[in-house]
Amino acid sequence: MSAVIEARRLSKRAGRARLLDGVGLTVAAGEMVAIIGPNGAGKSTLLRLLSGDLRPSGGEVRLKQRDINSFTPRELAARRAMLSQHINVTFPFSVEEIVLMGVGDRSPREAGALVDAALDEVGLAHFRERQLPTLSGGEQQRAHFARVLVQLACGEAEHGPGLLLLDEPTSSLDLRHQIDLVEAARRRAAGGTAVIAILHDLNLAIRFADRLVVLNGGKLAADGPRTEVVTHETIRDIFEIDAVVHQADGVPYVLPQSMRAAARSNAS
Amino acid sequence: MSVAIETEARRPQRHAGARRRSASFAIPLLLAVLAATAVVALTVGAAGIPLSRLPAALGFAGTTTADAMTARDQLVLWSIRIPRIAATAMVGGLLAAAGAIMQGLFRNPLADPALVGVSSGGALAAASAIVFTDSRFGETLRFLQTELLPLAAFAGSLATTAILYGISSRSGRTSIAIFLLAGVAITAITNAGIGLLVFIADDRQLRDITFWMLGSMSGATWTKAAVLAPILVIGLGACAFIARGLDLLVLGEADAFHGGVDVERLKRISIVMVSAMTGVAVSISGVIGFVGIVVPHLLRLVIGPAHRLLLPASVLLGAILMVGADTLARTIVAPAEMPIGILTAAVGAPVFLGILLRQRGLTSL
Repeated sequence: MSAVIEARRLSKRAGRARLLDGVGLTVAAGEMVAIIGPNGAGKSTLLRLLSGDLRPSGGEVRLKQRDINSFTPRELAARRAMLSQHINVTFPFSVEEIVLMGVGDRSPREAGALVDAALDEVGLAHFRERQLPTLSGGEQQRAHFARVLVQLACGEAEHGPGLLLLDEPTSSLDLRHQIDLVEAARRRAAGGTAVIAILHDLNLAIRFADRLVVLNGGKLAADGPRTEVVTHETIRDIFEIDAVVHQADGVPYVLPQSMRAAARSNAS
Repeated sequence: MSVAIETEARRPQRHAGARRRSASFAIPLLLAVLAATAVVALTVGAAGIPLSRLPAALGFAGTTTADAMTARDQLVLWSIRIPRIAATAMVGGLLAAAGAIMQGLFRNPLADPALVGVSSGGALAAASAIVFTDSRFGETLRFLQTELLPLAAFAGSLATTAILYGISSRSGRTSIAIFLLAGVAITAITNAGIGLLVFIADDRQLRDITFWMLGSMSGATWTKAAVLAPILVIGLGACAFIARGLDLLVLGEADAFHGGVDVERLKRISIVMVSAMTGVAVSISGVIGFVGIVVPHLLRLVIGPAHRLLLPASVLLGAILMVGADTLARTIVAPAEMPIGILTAAVGAPVFLGILLRQRGLTSL
């Protein structure tokens, strides 16, 4: 599989602070990667650099073998889609109007089927005429996910497998919709999309991705298959907590120490 | 602070489907209402022209009748009333569209060029141009005064809009509180500048400057209408060009960029357009407040917030309201005239307070 996105020795400084320091990352078509790490590790900075929104202080990002800053915003939007956290919509746009924003230059008629499919996928078909600001935070998040899926689909129809970036996409979702979102992302990866997501929930990250990238203090701390990265030692070093790592069906899951203690006292 | 940006949509509302149905006939309906308002405006005034005499006066019927009454009607219509109505409609359209663009740019339904000092920035520059070209230093440019005024007002509006954006927007987010407070400060500074000009102005200049501060269409002529028309045409063209970008900008600058919008270019075009539209309108009419807030707000409730329709509809409703207000202004205290700025503020300020009241409790201003 060819690399969809490639970051080399990526650094970002803000004033004197080094937000990111010499990070390298290559993600191939069809790959699912979760970025994990403590607060302030540089996860969002890395994602914004990979999206072309921020320019690096050092190093370079290549999207489909081309310098990401050489694309116009429109060209970029046809090759990568990104879901941010906390989007605040001021004006009373309907859910459908928001999702249609992902369509770009196509006529709404042409894009109708894509919009229908995306709304179905996020379970908001019955809310399509509701005004976005009247929905709950999680429902708004799902509407924006539908918009991003439509953008991705429109771009991939013309330019082949693209890049999907998700910044804490599950932060305001309930358990069922977290799983739904992960499944939707997996379907995109199965179709060839390169998917990169920042996730805070370790177990969700493990379920989400075959490959985990761990950032700490602006540096790459680990990058590899979930079974290698998720160990008692890594979690202790990175998150400064004790955790027990179990395996279920060959997939690891993490039980933080304090939670295990609580579970034991409940059982007794 | 960012919570403050959640605004006019947090209440049970009609579905967008109903909105779309009303949207489809919005433009024809507004055009019809504008035509009706214009006819009313043609017939009333210091010299009344009843509807029955209107066709003859406009030259549509009885072309050969050269009686004194028709001649007087024609003079009133063609040299005074029609240019005034045309200029008033265009000023209203420009102010309302400038308000709608500014609200899209700042993602804030309370943005209005007159409220945050952009109009007074233009007025200050225009007043400075008057005083300067009348002075010993500027007398060589005096013959250019008519052309200089709109240019100066545009430059003044551009400077204030750019300063305002620079102050209230940081790393892609605009703070509504900082924006409004900066607007208050900028208005205070420009008013101080206008005050200084009032202090050094002679009597004739003083009259001109007062006119700028209260707003009036009484000086409207064909020449002035001719200055407005190209800006309105260019503005309408540019509106179609920036509409989708302004829609996406509601997601925030970063996400508009992710969606394919060249945000920096969109901001530049919007700022220049708001400044040109406001500046030229102000150079003809003086500072007229609240048209830019009330018109887009009402329209969003009926036809929705999508800019492709909102911007042209704002031009039409702005024109309707201004022609109506100007007709009132020149009839309620006839034969004298009330400054139109007083009327628009009397109607617009309560609407503005109404928007604020509805937001209360939802915002953290």
